[in-house]
Amino acid sequence: MAEQPGRAGLDARDETLGQESVQGASVRAAVMQSFAVDRLDWRTAFLVPGLAIFSALVIGGLILMATGSSFSDVLSAYRALFMGAFGSWRAISETLVAATPLILAGLAVALAFRAGLFNIGGEGQILIGGLFAVILGFSISGVPAPLHITLALLGGVLGGAIWGAIPGYLKAKTGAHEVITTIMLNFIALRLLDYLLLRSFIQREGRNDPVSESILPSAQLPRFLTPVDPSLRVHIGIFIAIAIAALTQWLLFRTKLGFEMRAVGANPVAAKYAGINVGRSYVITMAIAGGMAGVAGALQILGVLGRATPGFSARLGFDGIAVALLGRSNPYGVVLAALLFGALRAGGQEMQATANVGIDIIAVIQALIIIFVAAPALIRAIYRVKASSAQAPISKGWSG
Amino acid sequence: MSTVKQAKVLTKGQRRRAQILGVIMLLLSVAVVWLFIPNAAGQATFGLSTPDEAIQLDPLVVPATGSLWFLAAVLAFLGGTQFFRGFQSKATIFLGVALLIFVAALLVWATAGKDFSLIGMLSSTIARCVPIALGALAGILCERSGVINIAIEGMLLGGAFVGVVVGSLVGGIGGLLAATASGAVLAWFLAFFAIRYRVDQIIVGIVINIFVLGLTSFLTAQVLVSRPDLNDAPILTAWQIPILGDIPIIGPTFFNQTWFVYATFILVALIAFGLFRTRWGLRTRSVGENPKAADTVGINVNRTRYIAVTLGGLVGGFAGAWFTIGTVGRFDENMTGGRGFIALAAMIFARWNPIGALAAATVFGFSDSLQQKLAVLQVPIPSEFLAMAPYLVTIVVVAGLVGRARAPAADGQPYVKE
Repeated sequence: MAEQPGRAGLDARDETLGQESVQGASVRAAVMQSFAVDRLDWRTAFLVPGLAIFSALVIGGLILMATGSSFSDVLSAYRALFMGAFGSWRAISETLVAATPLILAGLAVALAFRAGLFNIGGEGQILIGGLFAVILGFSISGVPAPLHITLALLGGVLGGAIWGAIPGYLKAKTGAHEVITTIMLNFIALRLLDYLLLRSFIQREGRNDPVSESILPSAQLPRFLTPVDPSLRVHIGIFIAIAIAALTQWLLFRTKLGFEMRAVGANPVAAKYAGINVGRSYVITMAIAGGMAGVAGALQILGVLGRATPGFSARLGFDGIAVALLGRSNPYGVVLAALLFGALRAGGQEMQATANVGIDIIAVIQALIIIFVAAPALIRAIYRVKASSAQAPISKGWSG
Repeated sequence: MSTVKQAKVLTKGQRRRAQILGVIMLLLSVAVVWLFIPNAAGQATFGLSTPDEAIQLDPLVVPATGSLWFLAAVLAFLGGTQFFRGFQSKATIFLGVALLIFVAALLVWATAGKDFSLIGMLSSTIARCVPIALGALAGILCERSGVINIAIEGMLLGGAFVGVVVGSLVGGIGGLLAATASGAVLAWFLAFFAIRYRVDQIIVGIVINIFVLGLTSFLTAQVLVSRPDLNDAPILTAWQIPILGDIPIIGPTFFNQTWFVYATFILVALIAFGLFRTRWGLRTRSVGENPKAADTVGINVNRTRYIAVTLGGLVGGFAGAWFTIGTVGRFDENMTGGRGFIALAAMIFARWNPIGALAAATVFGFSDSLQQKLAVLQVPIPSEFLAMAPYLVTIVVVAGLVGRARAPAADGQPYVKE
């Protein structure tokens, strides 16, 4: 392969593949990328995301100024953003509360990406998982809290797993594309919830609007910062979410099942000839991914909301896609990305309340962060820093 | 396009699939007999003309019970034939026919003893398929050149917002042009990041969706709430085509619509012709299928992609204007409500073919308007289930009929010249 100066600078990893044929090099690079446990140097891991966040905030500030804010308004808005995310016990608690379901929603997308599937169905899986959790949360009485919480969480896993396994099964059996089926199942879950919330066995007594019964106290997730301040909402769900992230890392990189998933994700045809049951891998991957999204829904119900209302998922499933992309489909990366997004969400509320800046600007900033992280070449060009552009494969096209 | 002749002898899997389709049709027949016939009495009256038409047709009046038995018998016949003999390559068409018959039976049952304007439903079907058909076209233009476009939702929403703001300031046509241009700007960003920086195209698409949703919601809350004069665009009204518009049934359905509807049909034809019958189309498709080979014969791969994606953005932005200038004249947060994703599904459903996309969009438009009309007729089916129906049907059709959709071979892959 002839050395091309422009390219060599762009793609550090290609240099190590020096003399091989172009075809061989690109195939090998693809396989290596998909199988590498992401080894990133500090520049790629922290400098680029840091500069990406900085750039996104600058552009967000310009947008604020374009809509009539002065420079000092922008500064005070961002001060409120920061204080709302990290400035007090209350802020940290809110950041963690927002990050908890995002971790799981992000993992549900990331795991599927690794197996070559694009799970847009997080929204529906969260709704069905939360629905199962709320039903178990209010209908079982007289059991000790740890048992009740476990049962309700398992209900969430089951609900999400069912809703996730359907597209996996359909893809395995008929080839129906999961992007279509998961989108359709989101809408179906939304309507199904609307319907069920008005049935007498779920609807709260004496109410005409779609609201479920409230979960019993024994199903509520314990809040662990109440000794500091009884109003702090952060609950043990954050530990559950991080534990599931660690479990996902183990599953993907230390087990046979995870190996099979990644092999299918890298190349389903090759995986098939290597003796892997590709269809089974699709079903299992989607069931696990759906189960994780279901836990996100269950944690929202058991830890924050206490009852189900129409569309209580509040776009968490879609935010999960962004979190997975920002975390590069790496379980620990997903945790960090979810913490960042949780901080932005919590800080955004504070910014809206004290600086009177609409919270939707946060979505704009999030989008800018993702694009700057995804295009490290752009950050390198702006700030003239060196960083590797090696990326783990993040998503597959339609034929994946 | 590969045209491998299918062998006459069916494999075991095909045989089973044919039988499953047959069973589905038979079940539809049973459903008509069990669910509809016992509760249908009197006569169903279907209006075939709107009051202001020149030629008035008498409404179609059918006896409910008799026609339901007839429709059930046809369904049973279709199902039986499919089960034992199989329609083979025409099975898709016959399942479509069976579903149509079932819908007809549903309508007869719902209308029994009442009046129902068939024309009203057909005309709203056509109107509602506009954003989905155009959104799918936007996707097809991008993806035929090898750039995945899941930013259709963002393009629709951006077009809707820009359309209403500019439309409020300078009028409908200006708003339309600005909305169209805004789609092209978003598409250019998609192309820029996908081609220049080789960013994963699905990421760019998601980013555009989040960015547009965030920015339009922010601007709505921050600016439009305090300046309602910027959120009040003139609406493009229906324009009846002379002569054609006077034909009974067809006239009010197709030829008494807004310019968006006419533009949709024109664009479908233009893009289908352009992609499959012109030099530009051949080049675009070759870039999407095998960029290396295209490069070898002297086609500029990346320029071709920039052009195709930007054209797709023009269509997407135009489609977005329908939501504001084409219907209500004002913008609400997230008013596209996932229609861009339905357009995406329609595109895959149609296998990246413009005419197929129109057909798929019509199915969505039909179920959308059917649901509304049935709610008016007060049928004893929960409205949530009626609202679910189009999505369920999509899953059944995609799983049962379309099967493995084959995307353009180089879809999603950046091209690096060697």
